[in-house]
Parts: sequence; C-alpha cells; structure tokens
Amino acid sequence: MKSTVKSFSVEYFQVLDSEGNVDNSLMPNIPESKIKEIYHLMVLVRTFDEKLFKLQRSGKIGTYAEVRGEEASEVGSAMALEKEDWMCPSFRETGVFITRGAPRDKIVQAWRGDVRAFKGDKKNLPVAIPVGSQTLYATGIAWASKLKNEKDITIVYFGDGATSEGDFYEAMNFAGEFKLPIIFFCQNNQWAISTPRKSQSASETIAQKGIASGVYSVQVDGNDAVGVYKITKEAVDRARNGEGPTLIESITYRMGDHTTSDDSSRYRTEEEVKYWLARDPLLRLEKYFRNINTWNDEYGRWVKETCEKEVDEAIAKALAIEKPGPDELFDYVYAVMPKELQEQKKELEEEVKQRGL
Amino acid sequence: MAKINMVQAINQALKQEMEKDKRVLVMGEDVGVDGGVFRVTDGLIQQFGKDRVIDTPLAEAGIIGTALGMAINGLKPVVEMQFIGFSYEGFHHINHHMARFRQRSEGTVNASIVLRGPTGGGIKALELHSESPETFFAHCQGLKVVIPSNPYDAKGLMISSIRDPDPVVFLEPEKLYRAFKDEVPEESYTVPLGEAKVARQGKDITIVTWGAMVRLCLDVAEQLKGKIDVEVIDLRTIWPLDENAILESVKKTGRAVVVHEAPKTSGFGGEVAARIQEKAILYLNSPIVRVTGFDVPYPQFALEEYYMPNAERIIKGINSVMNF
Repeated sequence: MKSTVKSFSVEYFQVLDSEGNVDNSLMPNIPESKIKEIYHLMVLVRTFDEKLFKLQRSGKIGTYAEVRGEEASEVGSAMALEKEDWMCPSFRETGVFITRGAPRDKIVQAWRGDVRAFKGDKKNLPVAIPVGSQTLYATGIAWASKLKNEKDITIVYFGDGATSEGDFYEAMNFAGEFKLPIIFFCQNNQWAISTPRKSQSASETIAQKGIASGVYSVQVDGNDAVGVYKITKEAVDRARNGEGPTLIESITYRMGDHTTSDDSSRYRTEEEVKYWLARDPLLRLEKYFRNINTWNDEYGRWVKETCEKEVDEAIAKALAIEKPGPDELFDYVYAVMPKELQEQKKELEEEVKQRGL
Repeated sequence: MAKINMVQAINQALKQEMEKDKRVLVMGEDVGVDGGVFRVTDGLIQQFGKDRVIDTPLAEAGIIGTALGMAINGLKPVVEMQFIGFSYEGFHHINHHMARFRQRSEGTVNASIVLRGPTGGGIKALELHSESPETFFAHCQGLKVVIPSNPYDAKGLMISSIRDPDPVVFLEPEKLYRAFKDEVPEESYTVPLGEAKVARQGKDITIVTWGAMVRLCLDVAEQLKGKIDVEVIDLRTIWPLDENAILESVKKTGRAVVVHEAPKTSGFGGEVAARIQEKAILYLNSPIVRVTGFDVPYPQFALEEYYMPNAERIIKGINSVMNF
C-alpha cells in the first residue's frame, strides 16, 4: 500500500508590488497616516545607516551592520507590535529599535560598544551575536508569558543563515509543541556574509522549515512595508489569542555589505545588486504615494531633512557621553560581587589612577 | 531526624522551594511522569502539575535556552540535564547567554536558573555519563558552580542555589546519590554558596577536594590515623572559591594535596595550587601534589577502575608530600 499521508503548501503575500500598485483584496485596515509614519521611520533608518556608516569610517563607532534594503521588513514588522511585547533582536535590527522608540542617541551609544545604552530596557533585549541562538531564549520568554497567563507576545529576529543553526529547529519544535505566543521573523536578505541563500539550504523556502514543527509559516515580500505589517499583525493577533506561533519568511535584500568590515563586491555581482536597487522598499512606498496622489516632493524633502536633523542630534549627544569607567567591567557580572572580582576591580582602579586614564 | 540519601535530599529541597515560591519550576527530559532517570524529581508532577514540572522535548540546547528565556521573563527554572555530559549539547547557551546576560544587560536581567545534573563516574554507565566538567563552568565567568558531597549539604546548597539571583550549575555526584544516608532536617534550611567546609580536622597535611572524592579522602584520612593527621577541606562551591578556607588550613599544616576526578591538566586543582603558592608559599614545606583523573577522555566503563583516583593513589600523593 502506498498513500500520501501529509502534504503542505507555502503561501506568499504581497500587498504593494514593486511599482507601488495595491492588491486591494489584501490591503489591511491601516490608516493612510500610519503608512506615512512607516515611511517616515524607514527614511529615518536609512539616514541612520548613512550617517553611522560614515561615523564608522571616521573611527567614532565600532563595526556597524547596515539595515539598508531591509527597512520595510524591520519597520513594518515592528509597527505591528505593542510596547509591552518582547523583542529579541539579532544584530541588524537598528530599524526595529528605532520603530520601538529606543532613544536615538542610545542606539548610537550601543554601536560604540557601550552597553549602558539599554540599561533598564526589559522588553527590547540586547543584540545577540551568536547567530540564531536568540530564537531559544525568545521561545522561553514566550513560554513564561503563557505560563503566567500574560498577554505579551514575543518576536524574535534572525536571518536566513540562522535557519541552518540547530537552535532554530529546536526553537520551532518547542514553540510548536507548547503552542507558544511567539513570532519567528526571518529576514531572508539573501546573504549570510558571502554565502547566498541557495547555498545555505536545499529547502526550497525557509517558511517550510517551520511547518514540520507545527508552526504556521508564511512568506511575505519583505520590501513591501504594508505587506510585512499586515502579515506580522495577523501573527501578533494569533499569538495573543492563544493560537500559537508563526514563522514569517520576509524576503528582502541586504543592499549593503554584511558589516562595515565586509566587502560584498568580492562575492556578488553588480547585476544582482542593481536588480534589488530597483526594488528599494523606500522607492516602492514613494511610488505608492504617487499612485494615490498623496506624494509631493516637498513632503519628501521635509521628511529627509527632519530625519537628518534627528540623527545629527542623536550622534552629537552620543559622542558627548563619557566613556564607561572601570566599574562597568565588574559591577554587573554577579548580583553580589565575589571576593576575587572585588580584588581585581581594586587592582584595575589603582592602575587607572596611576595611568591617569 | 530522618536519615535520607542524596536523591531524597535534593527532591525535598525542590519540593519545599516550589511550595514556597510559585516562580520556581522544574524542567527537563523525563522529569515529570517518570520522576527523572535517577528519581530526583519523583512525585513533583503529582503535587505541582505539568506546568511546573515540565517534560520537555529531547533537546539540551532547547531546554537550557528556553529556560533562560523563562528566567528573563521572571520565572525561576531548575533545569535537569539527564547527565551533565549532555549539557555540552547546549553549552553555548550556558556560556554565551546564561553566564553573560546580567553583564550584557547591565544588571537589567538576572538569569536566575539552576542547571543541575549527575556528574562524575563510578557507576559503570555509558560513555559521556560520567563527566567531571566543573572547570568548564568555573571558566564561564558569571556562573556559580556547586558540588555537594553528602545529603545534608545537597539539600541546603540546592535551596541556596534556587534562591540565588545568579545562574548556578549544580553538580550532583551520581556515585553518591544512593551511596549513604545522612540525618537531614525535614524543615527548610540553607547551606551558603561560596563556603568550604572542614570535613575533617588534622594538623599534618591538607587535602582539598570536592564531590564524590570527599568520602574517599575521609576514608584515607581514617586509614592513616595515628601516622599522619590529615585535614580534609570540602570545597562544596567551586566558584566563587572559598580561598580563605584553603589558605587557613595550609598555613596550619604546611602541606597540601588536591584531589579531583577530572583530568589533571587545566583541572580546577591547578587553580587551587596556584592560589596556595601565590598567597601562602612561605608556609609550605613541600610542593603541592595533585591526585586526579588522567589526561584522557573519561573511558568506557571496562576501564573506569583504572581512571578513577583511588585510596592507593591518594596515599601515594600524601606520602610524596610528607617525605619531600
């Protein structure tokens, strides 16, 4: 005997196409003013990128991971969350932090390697460097919300490369098994440093990796801010209503290098970059506004100038923050400092004093 | 006072802390319906239900990682590793996240977790069921590392570990689980973390040891009674280290042997020896000797007897120090 015991499909959503045309059957209930707000935030994120890139080149911040190209994916998804929801980033979610209202100067401070920036922020977790590992503690956060009967949901961000990690599969499995209020938001930006999406996995979609674990999984055009907002909002509502986890594969493109330490011309073609430049998420929203006659160039200039001013102020403020002192090295390792650390702290303090640092 | 073994003592500690604090929960492979493969969590699911005694999927990284998330969101998970050697499957969550979250978040997050599991050899178990990884954990700055040597300490140290705001790795010598019983008070009590115990007083030589080796060293001390007066220090907490207890003893005896099951090179005995020479070298009458496992992977059990430090080796070590 032979029979098909299970089959599945993966749905793909796009509300605004690359020319800014709307699929009215999918258009969510979203006021025009909110789309303008999304656009404004996306310009702010782009401006942040431009200025922080230069700041890195002048040695004033450390390594920086540009968001460029992924603004719709980040801002659109973050707009669908409530302030009380938990957000677990990887390292490229500057746009999510901005949308979630993180003080702009603090974001710059964090990119200067200064963790004081987010002290006290319980709901937006610190950047996670070990790729994909954040999916597991995010799952635990969502699990605790469920066990405590709290209504907060959790979103966790990661890239296409992270879906090759074992942690990702374990997180899917736990979230599916315990029906947890979590959204796995995969920014499939086509590249994990120099490894293209197609060399990362033979799985035809990333979305289907969630299906095996009982996680509702979809694809969305990640350069369509309205589509990303719609799909994330639906996942948020489902999670909050106790209907379990969602994996969203947001198909986008890393227009910049991996980080300021990378040179992507070594491994990808100009043609490919050009193809995606034409699909720039900011241009798409501008086309949409033009199509519905709510765009004028003066508005565009005003948004850009406002954002530049905001970022300039944030940078000036961040650069004026005094360097962390030696206390910071020891004070937060344990709730009560062990004797060894007390002694070592004293040693360092004496050294700092002698060297006049 | 009832006499109970280490399994029962830890079970009592878990039960009493779960009764006291609703945030405390137990999770791991087979900890619920089955009560854990060593029965440490026996009976807890009947009393506290499946939301507080959670049978998890078989995935160590998943268990440790999600437990950390629960702690970030205000719960206090006590996580069982079926055998501590299996924690290597989730080691990155211990080192990258559990140990570092407090510092990374500038004290915003306390990763208040107890990661507990059977450690050490001597029960003819399968490969990777007999590991002594205390040094790995002691080197993950931000963790505390605890290892009891008897039922009384096991209960009191477990209660302290659960109440501690920092992440604690709690190593339970599997050889001792049912090896002997102690008088253990029924009521709740704590044994403070970071405090060693003088398990036996003596004036000729100090043995610094921990876990299952404590009993063996006490036996050796008895054997040598009348010839060499041996003092035995049971560290109980590997990290933070109770340096004073070690120094005080060595300053009195002028001689030291360190005994542990883990391999010699880079084992925690090296750290103990270094502390003694840094801070008490002029009190020493002879070099410090380490009696430890060999620098080989813990063997499959046909070879176990060769690997494990035994009374003869400890006596040889003591004699070489005494006769220097």
